[in-house]
Amino acid sequence: MPTNILMPALSPTMTEGNLAKWLKSEGDTVEAGDVIAEIETDKATMEVEAVDEGVLGKILISEGTQAVAVNTPIAVLLEDGETANDIGEVDAAPAADIPCVPEVQDSDSVTQTSNDAEQHAGATIENRDILYAQGVIIEPPPFDEASFTDTEEVTVRVALRDAMAEEMRRDGDVYLMGEEVAEYNGAYKVSEGLLDEFGAKRVIDTPITEHGFAGLAVGSAMNGLKPIVEFMTWNFGMQAIDHIINSAGKTLYMAGGQLGCPIVFRGPNGAASRVGAQHSQCYASWYAHVPGLHVLAPWSAADAKGLMKAAIRDPNPVVFLENEMLYGEKFDVPTDEDFVIPIGRAKIERSGADVTIVAYSIMVGKALEAAKALEAEGIDAEVINLRTIRPLDRFTILESVKKTNRIVSVEESWPFSGIGAEIAALIGEHAFDYLDAPLARVCAKDVPLPYAANLEALALPQTEHIVNAAKKVCYAD
Amino acid sequence: MAKSKTKKPAKSKAASNSASNPSIDEMKELYREMLLIRRFEEKAGQLYGMGLIGGFCHLYIGQEAVVTGINSVQQKQDTVVTSYRDHAHMLACGMDPKGIMAELTGRVTGYSRGKGGSMHMFSKEENFFGGHGIVGASSSIGTGLGFAHKYKKDNGVAIAYGGDGASNQGQVAECYNMAALWDLPILYVIENNQYGMGTSVSRSSAGSLYKRGEGYGIPGEQVDGMDVFTVQAAARQALDYVRSGNGPYILEVMTYRYRGHSMSDPAKYRSKDEVNTFKNDRDPIAMIKGMMVDGGMAEDDIKVIDKEIKEIVAEAATFAQESPEPDAHELWTDVLVEVDA
Repeated sequence: MPTNILMPALSPTMTEGNLAKWLKSEGDTVEAGDVIAEIETDKATMEVEAVDEGVLGKILISEGTQAVAVNTPIAVLLEDGETANDIGEVDAAPAADIPCVPEVQDSDSVTQTSNDAEQHAGATIENRDILYAQGVIIEPPPFDEASFTDTEEVTVRVALRDAMAEEMRRDGDVYLMGEEVAEYNGAYKVSEGLLDEFGAKRVIDTPITEHGFAGLAVGSAMNGLKPIVEFMTWNFGMQAIDHIINSAGKTLYMAGGQLGCPIVFRGPNGAASRVGAQHSQCYASWYAHVPGLHVLAPWSAADAKGLMKAAIRDPNPVVFLENEMLYGEKFDVPTDEDFVIPIGRAKIERSGADVTIVAYSIMVGKALEAAKALEAEGIDAEVINLRTIRPLDRFTILESVKKTNRIVSVEESWPFSGIGAEIAALIGEHAFDYLDAPLARVCAKDVPLPYAANLEALALPQTEHIVNAAKKVCYAD
Repeated sequence: MAKSKTKKPAKSKAASNSASNPSIDEMKELYREMLLIRRFEEKAGQLYGMGLIGGFCHLYIGQEAVVTGINSVQQKQDTVVTSYRDHAHMLACGMDPKGIMAELTGRVTGYSRGKGGSMHMFSKEENFFGGHGIVGASSSIGTGLGFAHKYKKDNGVAIAYGGDGASNQGQVAECYNMAALWDLPILYVIENNQYGMGTSVSRSSAGSLYKRGEGYGIPGEQVDGMDVFTVQAAARQALDYVRSGNGPYILEVMTYRYRGHSMSDPAKYRSKDEVNTFKNDRDPIAMIKGMMVDGGMAEDDIKVIDKEIKEIVAEAATFAQESPEPDAHELWTDVLVEVDA
C-alpha cells in the first residue's frame, strides 16, 4: 500500500515550515536514510530523510511552498510492484492535530495591537528611582506612542535583531556575546546577519560557560564597553545569576555611584513547547526582586524593538526576558529609529470599564483574547501590558483598578512570590477601598512544568482561565 | 621556583632575589609601599578592635610583597581587580589611605561613601575595579577588563588577583578557557597564602595551582611571594608576555598571612611555629630593610620613612574617625544611574 510521507516537525515549536527543495524526483528510487527534501523551519533549513525504501510515486507539495502544516502529506512512497495508479485520493490536510502546540508560529497574520486606548500622559520626575524605591506612586515617564505612525510588519525575532543592529551602528562600544550568536546566527535566529555586518570582534560566539562569560561581560562593562549577553535561554542564565545580581546589580551602590555596569542580559524566558521542567521557567519575579536591576518583558514586536533599544541605551544593568513562542509572531512596528519605549511605563492595550487584566510577555496576547471573549459576554475588560516588570508602573495599574474596581493578574510563572503576588500587595496597600471583589491571580500551576502535552496545557495559564477569573471577580461566573 | 611551560620558553628562576642589584632608591620605594600596607592594616586591626570598623575585615599583613612587587612594574593604563582582601591593592594603586580607612569606618568620605565597606571599594581614576566579596568573581570580572583592553586596543593589561581558595571555583576555569581562546591580555595572580579560610591548600586543591592553565595553553609560574624583587621580576616578565599579545599568564605567588582569615578568625588550624617561621625568617619588610642597611643606608634614614608612614596612617585613622557617617538620604541614592525621565 502506498505510504504518505508527512511534513515532519523539526523543532519543539514548529507547527509549519516551507518546503524549500526536493532532492528526489517522481519515479526515483529511494533508500531509507536518503535525503529527499530540504525544509525551512522557524530556526533553520533542515534535511529530510526517507524513513523507508521505495519509489517516490508522487510529490504532493511542490518545491517552494510556504507554510506547510506539520503532518501534511508531502509525497507518496510506493512499495515494490506498486505504481502511481495505486495512489488514491490524498487528503491534503494535516493527518492529525498535534495537541497543545501553540497556534502562532511565523504566521502570515499580524497580531493587531491597538493604539486607540488612551494612555496616561506621564510626567518627567526628578529622582524617579529614589521615589520608586521608597514606594511612592509616581506617574510613568512621558511617551507619545501614537505619534509613531509609520510602521512595518515584522516578527518579534526581527524586531529584536533590528534593535540590536541599530544600536550597534550607533555606538561602537555595544557588542553581542553568547552561545551560537555569531556563526550559527543565533539558536533562535535572533542575531541573524549580525556577524556579517559587525564582524567577529563585536558578535562573539562563546563556549558553553554562562557563569564565566556573564562575569566577563560585567568586567568589560565596568571597563567602558556595553555588552549584550545572550543566554540561549534564561534557564541557562541561572548558572550566571551571581554575576547578574552581585556583580552587575550591586556595584553602583557599593561604589557609591562611582562605577556602574551598563549591560543587557537577554534571551528567551518561560515555557516553550514540550521541553520539560528544566527548560521552561519564568524568571521575572526572581530578577524583579533585586534593586539595581531593570527587568523588561516585551510582548509585541513593537515592545521588543522599543524596549531593546531602551535596554541598550540604559546605563544600568537590564534583564531582558523574551519569549520563544512569540519570536515568529508578526506585529506592526514603528520604523522610526527613535522609537525607544521608556523603561517603567506600561501600555494600556485595551480600554475597558469593568475589569482590569494585568499581564506581561506572552500572557498579554492571551489576555487580549480573553477580553474579546468577555466582550461577547458583556464584560468590558481593560488590558494592561506591563512591558517593564521592574520598575513596575504602579501608577497605571492603580489608576485602572480605581476605574474598574476589579483586577486579574496573569503570568506564566508560578503563583508563590510571583509578579501577581506583588500586584496583589500593591492593590492591598493602595487600592483596597476601591475593590469590589478580591483580586484574582492566573498563574502556572505550582508544579514543575510537565512534558506530557495534556499535562503541560493544564499547567500553563490558558485564555479560558483568564476569562473565568475575570468573570469571577465580576461575580458573573 | 617552578614553571609550567607552554607557549613561553622555559627559564629557571632562582628561589629568592633575582633582581639585578636594585638601587637604594628603588628599595626605599618598595619598602615605603610595603610598610604603608602593613601599618595601615595594623591600624585597621586596631580600629576593628575598638568597634570602629564592623563586619568582615581581611588583613593583608605578611603578603605585602605580592601586590607591591606587581604594582611596581604595571603601566598606568593597566587595570586591577581583586577579591575581598583588598586594602593593600588599593593603597598600591595610589588610592588615598584616608578614603580607604574612612570607608572601613563607614563614613561618607570613604571611597564608596560608606556604602561598600572593606570588601567593596573602587576607583575609576586609579583603574581599580574592586573589591569583590564572592570568591572567584574577580577572575571573571578581570577577564572582562582584559577583554575591554583588547577591544579598545589601549595596550592595557588586566591584573586579576585571587586566592588559592578561589582557584577551585568553576568560573576560574571557565575564564582561563576564554582568555586563552581569545588571547586576552590578562595576568591572573594567585595569591597563595596557603589557606582558604581554615582549609589548607593540601586539603583543598589537587595538583599545582600554577599548572591549572596548562590544558588551555596558559603558561604558569610559581614564585616566592615573600621576596618583593622575585615578585617584581616575575611580574615584569609576565606583563611583557601578556602585553605583547600572547594571551593570559598565571602567576602563583607563594605568600603567607600572619593574621587570621578575617578579624574573627582565631586561626587555630595552623601552628604558632609555622606562623613564627614566616614572621621571623621570611618577613618581606624585614628582608628589604636588611638589604637597605647592607646597601649602606643609615638606620636614621630608614626611621624617617617609618615616621612618615606612621603619620600618614595616623592621619587616615583620624580622618576616618572624625568624618561623619553618610546622611540618611544616602540610603536611597546610587541604586541606579538616574536617567532623565
